[in-house]
Amino acid sequence: MPKRKWPSFGSIYFLAVSALLYLPILLLIIFSFNNATTLVFPLKGFTLKWYGQLFENRELLEAVGNSLMIGLGSSLAATLFGTMGAIAIVRFKLPGRGVFLAVAALPLVIPYVILGVSLLILFNEVGIPLSAFAAGLAHVIISIPYAMLIVASRLVGFPDNLEEAAMDLGASYWGALLRVTIPICSPALLAAFLLCFTMSFDEYAIASFLVGTDATLPVYLYSQLRFPTRLPMVVALAAILMTVTMVVMLFSEWLRRAGQTPARKA
Amino acid sequence: MEKRSRFASLIGPPSLYLFLIFLLPMAVMFVYSFRAGISGPAHDTFTLANYKSFLANSNFHRLLWRSAIIAFTISVISTILAYPLAYYLVFRAGPNRVTLMTLLIIPTWTSYLLRIFSWKLILGSSGLLNSLLLALGLIKHVSPILIYSRGAVIVTLIYVWMPFVALPIFAALERIDKSLLEAAADLGCPAWKAFLRITLPLSMPGILAGFFFALIPTLGEFVTPLLVGGASGAMYGNLIQDQFMRALNWPMGSVMSLAMLAAVLLLVFILTRLGSIADLAGF
Repeated sequence: MPKRKWPSFGSIYFLAVSALLYLPILLLIIFSFNNATTLVFPLKGFTLKWYGQLFENRELLEAVGNSLMIGLGSSLAATLFGTMGAIAIVRFKLPGRGVFLAVAALPLVIPYVILGVSLLILFNEVGIPLSAFAAGLAHVIISIPYAMLIVASRLVGFPDNLEEAAMDLGASYWGALLRVTIPICSPALLAAFLLCFTMSFDEYAIASFLVGTDATLPVYLYSQLRFPTRLPMVVALAAILMTVTMVVMLFSEWLRRAGQTPARKA
Repeated sequence: MEKRSRFASLIGPPSLYLFLIFLLPMAVMFVYSFRAGISGPAHDTFTLANYKSFLANSNFHRLLWRSAIIAFTISVISTILAYPLAYYLVFRAGPNRVTLMTLLIIPTWTSYLLRIFSWKLILGSSGLLNSLLLALGLIKHVSPILIYSRGAVIVTLIYVWMPFVALPIFAALERIDKSLLEAAADLGCPAWKAFLRITLPLSMPGILAGFFFALIPTLGEFVTPLLVGGASGAMYGNLIQDQFMRALNWPMGSVMSLAMLAAVLLLVFILTRLGSIADLAGF
């Protein structure tokens, strides 16, 4: 095929779509530095005051605290359960495997509103009070399939004879898992943990039914979207979070790939 | 035997958790759908009245049907927009294609609520599009129809889901053995025909996966209609949310949730059938 000098239709289309995908985010960032509570062009001037206000807002800091707490808790639990499930389905071809896989993956395809309301009913029936903790319990469910898939794809990448070798040398099965399997999977474990954390940290639909009075960050954010004067501050917060999330996700993506490379070479 | 007990100890704790926090709530919701009320004696009275009034209420059916159409429209348009994108990356973009694909996914790493909200900044009455159109003299007065409409919901959700649709199509196209296309070309097959007979059928699993990636979450969507939908953009998810948060008619809400759950499970069942057929066609 002859090399064309002018840009192809495909590259123009790619650039146009990318620009459209980034435009709304760019607008949010501009808004967070704009010295007005509405985003009307021409802009009113540059300010950092919205960023300054963030750190004086107690409600917001509490919401960040709640989100961090349930994010950490739910992603730790999901990574643990996901890893156990992944080892079970990759290393053992025993009956029960198919059913477990189907049930564990089902939350991927169930609308969050249904997960939210069904837990609202359950917690109400058994008398568990609504709280950030209750929302965290639900976040484990939506995170397990992702954690399991990430860890399983790592486990498939190396043969189980490493575990057998460790056991031949006197390690117990659980010892071999802890000293051999888990360390080999550690990049995948960390990638799973980070992905689950960002999912929980950004989850609104389920949390909106379950948090009660302990607003998480998305719940707090949503409540502020109705007050136009608070908006620029909320958007400033979003700009900070966006940056943090991007760094975390790029790091986790890098880990996931770094974790897979040696397996491919072997 | 030893293997069995190890398997059981590995699978036990996650199974127990999934049972308690995922399957049990679904079962409790099923029981709830037969209750007459949420407190007092009504709570312990079982009835089919909720199902009867669900079946009798044409408003529910209309909204369920409308949500299905909105979700379907979003998934079709997202797939049509995403396919050429994935095709360009896999067949024309060269060694940088994975990086370029990541570039498309990065915007989805920002807050879900704010990605939706940002469309209010674009479509809103004092938003970007209106002020741009006013400044250009294309319109004389602020156009109110841009926001709070079904169209606004569709545009916003295409924005949210399109990158996720591109991802599985990209993966499916990557897996295609490029020598098949070379062989077709060597044998004198025109490029468009090779696309229709080789590339498109082989990428079908990716297309289906992407389509359902967008369809299922948008079916249950209630946040986007609340933010940009207005009255005409309301979806079935809003109806469910209303029953639980405002009307406090949980038994009715349970019936409505179960109806949606049935619809989704049916879709998933169809996907797995289509998926296996597509795989058969691929090999």
